[in-house]
Amino acid sequence: MTAFVSLSQAMLKGFLRDRQAVFFSVFFPLMFLVLFGGVFADQDQSKIDLIQVGDVKLIDDLPEQARAAFDEAFEVDESDDRAAALAELRDGDVDLVVEEDGDQIVMRYSEADQVASAVAQGTLRSFVEAANVAASGEPPTYTLRGERVEDESLSTIQFVTPGLLGWAVATSATFGAAATLVGWRSSKLLRRLRLAPVSTTSIVAARIGVTVMIALVQMAIFLGLGVTVFDLQLTGNWWLSIPLLVAGTLSFMSLGLLAGSVAKTVEGATSLANIFVLPMAFLAGSFFPLDGAPRWLDIVSHLLPLRYLNDGMLDVMVRGEGPSATLLPLAVLLGFAVVVVAIAGRFFSWDTD
Amino acid sequence: MGDVLVARNLVKVYDDLRAVDDVSFAVQPGEFFGILGPNGAGKTTTLEILEGLRPADSGQAILLGNPSWPRDTDVLRRVGVQLQASSFFERLTTREQIRTFAALYDVAPATADEWLGRVGLDDKADTRAEKLSGGQRQRLSIACALVHDPEIVFLDEPTAALDPQARRNLWDLLGSLNDNGRTVIITTHYMDEAEALCDRVAIMDRGKILQLDSPAALIRELEAAVRISLDPQAISATDAEGIDGVDQVEEDAAALTLSTHDPAHVLAELATRGSLAGLQVKGANLEDVFLTLTGREYRA
Repeated sequence: MTAFVSLSQAMLKGFLRDRQAVFFSVFFPLMFLVLFGGVFADQDQSKIDLIQVGDVKLIDDLPEQARAAFDEAFEVDESDDRAAALAELRDGDVDLVVEEDGDQIVMRYSEADQVASAVAQGTLRSFVEAANVAASGEPPTYTLRGERVEDESLSTIQFVTPGLLGWAVATSATFGAAATLVGWRSSKLLRRLRLAPVSTTSIVAARIGVTVMIALVQMAIFLGLGVTVFDLQLTGNWWLSIPLLVAGTLSFMSLGLLAGSVAKTVEGATSLANIFVLPMAFLAGSFFPLDGAPRWLDIVSHLLPLRYLNDGMLDVMVRGEGPSATLLPLAVLLGFAVVVVAIAGRFFSWDTD
Repeated sequence: MGDVLVARNLVKVYDDLRAVDDVSFAVQPGEFFGILGPNGAGKTTTLEILEGLRPADSGQAILLGNPSWPRDTDVLRRVGVQLQASSFFERLTTREQIRTFAALYDVAPATADEWLGRVGLDDKADTRAEKLSGGQRQRLSIACALVHDPEIVFLDEPTAALDPQARRNLWDLLGSLNDNGRTVIITTHYMDEAEALCDRVAIMDRGKILQLDSPAALIRELEAAVRISLDPQAISATDAEGIDGVDQVEEDAAALTLSTHDPAHVLAELATRGSLAGLQVKGANLEDVFLTLTGREYRA
């Protein structure tokens, strides 16, 4: 037990003092999270900016439910200064200026951005017509029900957090296992440990323990930053991603073990790990959704462990699915680890000779 | 108590190279035992078989009464090992290294820290192992091998790649390792080192042990001539040749050198004549033994 604890401490310190490893497994993926979560976020959801000059009965007297829908669509500023409002419209700072003239509602717009102005006009017109129907006291003859076909609720941050976290964990687990194995073998530390009264199990268990711990810290940082800064909405089942992450870590460590067993030098092992991890991250949808991907890509991506980890974490973190959604990913990730460890075992040696 | 280490007809063949070729010897408790030979003589492979790192193709290796292979953790607790390269954990300080090794053997951190003092690395305790000098690294790896106070310790070329000064500094430390009755097995390719440290030396070349005895006995068996050199002014070459027991006289600008098998008589004679200016006496050393055994100059 002392041996296990001290080996774990030695590995953890070795990782934390390796600035390059910490950068590539924590800060580099975080930069992508900031990029996707902060810079590209919610581009499609910007509201229509509207200045209301004086009282506008239509807007002010909207029933509560309609008012909520109105606020979803419009960002309303109230003003008494028509000239200033029109100046803002001309400058393109707002999309509409609205005022009341008896029973008429005057909507002023700019044609500078035709698409934006068409959307703004159409949206406001629909509220006017709805108010007309309501004023007539008759039930509407036709009603319209809208349904979105793509996954609702998946704003950018919701989608990228699980994917980038999966990529980050794949990087640290694969590289950690590969670099430790090759480094320890070439410095003969691996041999030295064989001549200490330590079982191979203790060494392997310490490595797994440390890597899982690093993965959980990565998760805490990603989710913490996502929730506090980028308005990430986690569902109640998010904790189910912990077993997924542990199984994923084992899968990626097995890849690292394979890279470290095949390669002779640390450089060779890291290159090989790169060849495994980076294409896998692209094909497994860590950077962009694969919903619209062609069939062949979808098939290829389902051969990769990261795809199952990403999908599994997406399901439980943001789609609100329950424990049953983790069963397939868990089985695939653990199965993958077993198969790859068996392959790596054929190449493994304690020595460099 | 019997032998702590026994090699019985060990053979290890790599491809068509007989790296270890029928090696046999036994080591007594408390002995400082050296395996000496040039690079590629088979020293390290012999050591690895005895330590239990690899099995022999044939023959037997018995370590502390148990077969070395397969490895047995109970035996390993009583054995210390230093490998040829200094094997450390990456990015740990000197103190963290030795404490980690101590923990592998259930040894308290305080004991580990004492060892740092014993090998003179107290002031380097917070330095990372990668930043130590070659000599300091060797001291640390020796301390790591001894931290659990093993009954027997294997040191594989502990002074390789050190400059002569650092090498001699290490001898004091090495020489004290068997003070408490500990057995020390060391490989080296330095003749002077084996001569200075070892109780017995096995001379190996091309996988075979050529000779095994104490350094003094090996040299005595050579019956090599003692070389007495003098200031050329001290005595003329002709007079020197006239002294009983002088086999040969060589003269050059710097010195007159007499070879003899009876140094006591020759020195007494020189003293009577008052011809001892610039006196230097050199006996044979292990290099001469190696030359005689292999017919080749010794190349480290």
